[in-house]
Formats: sequence, C-alpha cells, structure tokens
Amino acid sequence: MEIKILIRDLNFYYGSCQALKSINMDIYGNKITALIGPSGCGKTTLLRLMNRMSDLVDETHIEGRMLIDGQDIFDKSVDVVNLRKKVGMVFQQPNPFPMSIYDNVAYGPRMLGTHNKRVLNGIVEESLRKAALWDEMKDNLHKSGLALSGGQQQRLCIARVLSVDPQIILMDEPCSALDPISTLKIEELMIELKKDYTLIIVTHNMQQAARVSDFAGFMLLGELVEYAETREVFNVPKDKRTEDYITGRFG
Amino acid sequence: MSNTSSTDVTKPVIELRRIYDVFWRYAIYFFGAVSFVILLLIALFILREGYPAFEKIGIWQFISGQRWDVADSAFGILPMIIGSLYVTVGALVLSVPLGIFSAIFLTDVAPKKVRKIIRPAVELLVGIPSVVYGLVGMLMLVPAIQQIGQGSGDSILAASIVLAVMVLPTIVSITEDSILAVPNAYREGALALGSTRWQMIWNVVLPAARSGIIASIALGMGRAIGETMAMIMVIGNSIIIPDSIFSSARTLTGTLALELKYATGIHWNALFATGVVLFIFILILNSFGILLLRGKTK
Repeated sequence: MEIKILIRDLNFYYGSCQALKSINMDIYGNKITALIGPSGCGKTTLLRLMNRMSDLVDETHIEGRMLIDGQDIFDKSVDVVNLRKKVGMVFQQPNPFPMSIYDNVAYGPRMLGTHNKRVLNGIVEESLRKAALWDEMKDNLHKSGLALSGGQQQRLCIARVLSVDPQIILMDEPCSALDPISTLKIEELMIELKKDYTLIIVTHNMQQAARVSDFAGFMLLGELVEYAETREVFNVPKDKRTEDYITGRFG
Repeated sequence: MSNTSSTDVTKPVIELRRIYDVFWRYAIYFFGAVSFVILLLIALFILREGYPAFEKIGIWQFISGQRWDVADSAFGILPMIIGSLYVTVGALVLSVPLGIFSAIFLTDVAPKKVRKIIRPAVELLVGIPSVVYGLVGMLMLVPAIQQIGQGSGDSILAASIVLAVMVLPTIVSITEDSILAVPNAYREGALALGSTRWQMIWNVVLPAARSGIIASIALGMGRAIGETMAMIMVIGNSIIIPDSIFSSARTLTGTLALELKYATGIHWNALFATGVVLFIFILILNSFGILLLRGKTK
C-alpha cells in the first residue's frame, strides 16, 4: 500500500488552545480513511489542515510535518492554490454556488483557464457521471444548483470537486444534513470513487464509518487514540476509550 | 378548581391593559397613515401647481424643448434633463467602481482593525451637509479644473466629482451589506477548489451579491439626481446643452432652487412641472432599488 499522506508529530493551536496533540498517522492511497470521535475532538481541524483551509482562521500555529506525496504541505514553498486543487473538499452543508448545475461543475476548470466549450462539456459530463448525477441531470444542466434536493446538491458538490482532477478528497461529515436514502447513495459513491482517489471522511455516524471505511482513526481531545484497519478498530479495539466510544458508553 | 379565574379562557375581561392595547393599535394606524398622507399631499400639490404648465406647453414640448427663457415664455427642460443626467452618470462612473472596490476591501481584504476605522468614517460622509461639499468643490476643485481645462472651471466634471463623493457612502454601505450576506460556504467552496482570493471574489461572491449591488447603484442614483445645493455651487448653472465635461450646465433641481423665489404665473407652473418630472425620476429609481433589495432577502 502506498502512503499518500504522512503525518508526524503534528501539533496545532488556535491561539493558546491546543487543538491537536502530537498526531502521527499514515494515510493510504486509494483507501477510505474515517476520522471518528466526539464533537470538538479535533477531527475536522485535522481534516482542514490537509488542504490548508485552516489558513482561513487567524492566529493559529502549526508544529510538525504533514507530507503529501513526500512534499511537506506546511513548507513555505507550497502554493495553497495548487494544494487545494490537488486536495479537494466536500463540506457538511452542501454548498453549490448560486448558478446553474453546468456552471457549478465548469467553475473549477474555467478558473484554471479552460474556456473551450467542447472541453468543458466533456469535463462536466465526466464529473457528473463520476458523481452518479449525470443520468438524473443531463436534461436539466441549466437549472439552478440551488433547486436540487440536499442529496443531489451534495453529489453536485462532489462533481465540482472532481472537475479539477484532484487526487485526494476530504469530506467533512458529508451526510449529516442528508436523509438515509441520500446518505446511502453518497456512501455507494465513496466506494466507487476510491478506485481513483484517496478519501478521508469525518463522520459522527459509527455505522457509516464501519460500512465504508478501510481505515479508521478514533480521536479524543485532540489526540489520535487509535488508528488501524476499520475492522480492527471496531471489533478488537486496543484502547479502552475507543471501546467505550464505539459501544456507545460516551460521546 | 382552586384557581378558576386563570384557567377559564372564555370569560370576557375588561382590564386597563386591554384598553391600552386597542388604543395603541389605532394610534399606530394613525401615525402610519399620517406619513403616507403627507407624501400623498406633497405629490398632489406639486401636480396641481405643475399641471397648468403641462396643459399650456404640452408634455412633450415641455420635456423635449431646448429653450428655457422666462422673458420669452419659452419653457423647455431638455438642457436641464441632460445636465442632471450627465452629472449623475458622471458621478456613478466615478463612484460605482470606487464604492464596490471599497466594499470588497472592507469585507474580504482589510484586517478587522482597519475595517472598524474606515466603515464609520465612510458613513460619516453622509452626515456632512451638502453646502460643505459644495464649498470644498468651489474652493478647491473648480480652480483646479480651471487650470487644466478650458472655461471657468464650473463644470460637469466638478459637479460629477463632488456628487461622486456624496453618493459613495450609499454605494459602499449597501454593497458591503450585500457582500457580507453572501454565505461563507460559497467562499470556502471556491477556495477549496483552488480559487485564488480574487477569483473567489470576482466569480462567486460578487455574482451572489449582484442584486444588492445594483440596488445600491439605483439608490445612489436617486440621491444624485435629487442633490441641489452642492450642484448649484460648482456647475455654473448656464442653460445650455453641455458639449463636454468641462462645459457648464444646469440641473433640474438647480433650476427650482434658483428661480422659485421670483417666479409667477406660467413660470411658477413650469417650475412645479419640473418638480413632477424629478419626482417621477426619483420614484422610479428608488422603487427599482427597493424592489431589488427586497428580492434579495427572499
């Protein structure tokens, strides 16, 4: 297995408050890695460091290293714009732009300088197909993205991420605003996507983590308590705290 | 059963607080009606005084007539319409880009501290009386324009610059509000795709704030057309159709302010008819702006 993201001795602070405590983690390529744990444990913080969305918050401080394909993304030479193109992100609340379905998906390629109509059409179709939205949407491409259902909006956001050809997709509780059927569709989609991409998801839903992920990391109060193959974490947890959390004794 | 008075909901009660309630309800209807009636009376008064001019001169003649000569009883307001239009457009050409970029600066670029100083400063611009703007324009701008251009310096250019500064706060604050109303999720979505900050603002934030920005322009335009005092002081007030930005001109409002004192008969009616034209211009612009703002909040 290829190590896609390598995290070593990572500490992260909001002001004087330490949100992540010496995290060490190897995230493997073409796998789904789930980050689980109670609210406020730092899993979203860790996720948002992976494409430096953490930069948007003032007065933060990073120690340690995070290597993506061997390149330390905290290094001064790294360009966040290129990093974020390579490491896409899907948010908790579906956030399609207030424009048509087509323009939502074409936004990324256009921004990167593609304006050829034929090329754009191809990218839009391919991205929507990969997000399992093409058959539903191919006749309504000029409908507003905001007119879709929550589940469709989230798949549109996934298509939008795919349009800039990323390698890693971060998903921050992608299903928490969706109904069970839409959730199921997104989960099927994730399993489909891991053939071509590396996925890291934050989830509060234990069953979801158990169903879709290959690796699972349990976080508590900024620490990565346990990290192993999902089967192991759920069936034979090594740490008492992991076991308590998974069996529903707290959190 | 121990406390029947508070559990029985059908029993009619006469209490002082209920009487107050009824009283205040009607009092508030009354106050609301008063402000509407005042507006209506003003409109009716202007119409009544202006109507004879429309009747004698003809509406089209009045609006398209190029000569305004009181001694000759010629009343055509085309030069003034064009004068007002030129300064308004001139002011917007200067203030719209400046205002929108200032708003972007305040919302998405400036550090919080800077924003805390600049925003109130911009809003303070509204509170300065328009004579003061006129005075500054008269003493600094007009001589400067005289140096670089031809003519006296009293000009459309001077008026446009003064007006642009006056309209700026309207445009900045409404644009700023509508940019702030754009959900942060759009910004994050754009940045997470690898947009630069500028691409995010230009391609996602501004289009999402579009209706508010257009509304700010419409409301600013309404303010610009109505401005009187500062215009009289820097525009020269000659009744000609201006042929360059250095040319003197006269505005619709300026005509009213300059001539109403000594006007009688048809001249008086013609001035009020000018008021009707202004009233309609401003009504259309403001309704347009308000409708856009309302549409945005839905």
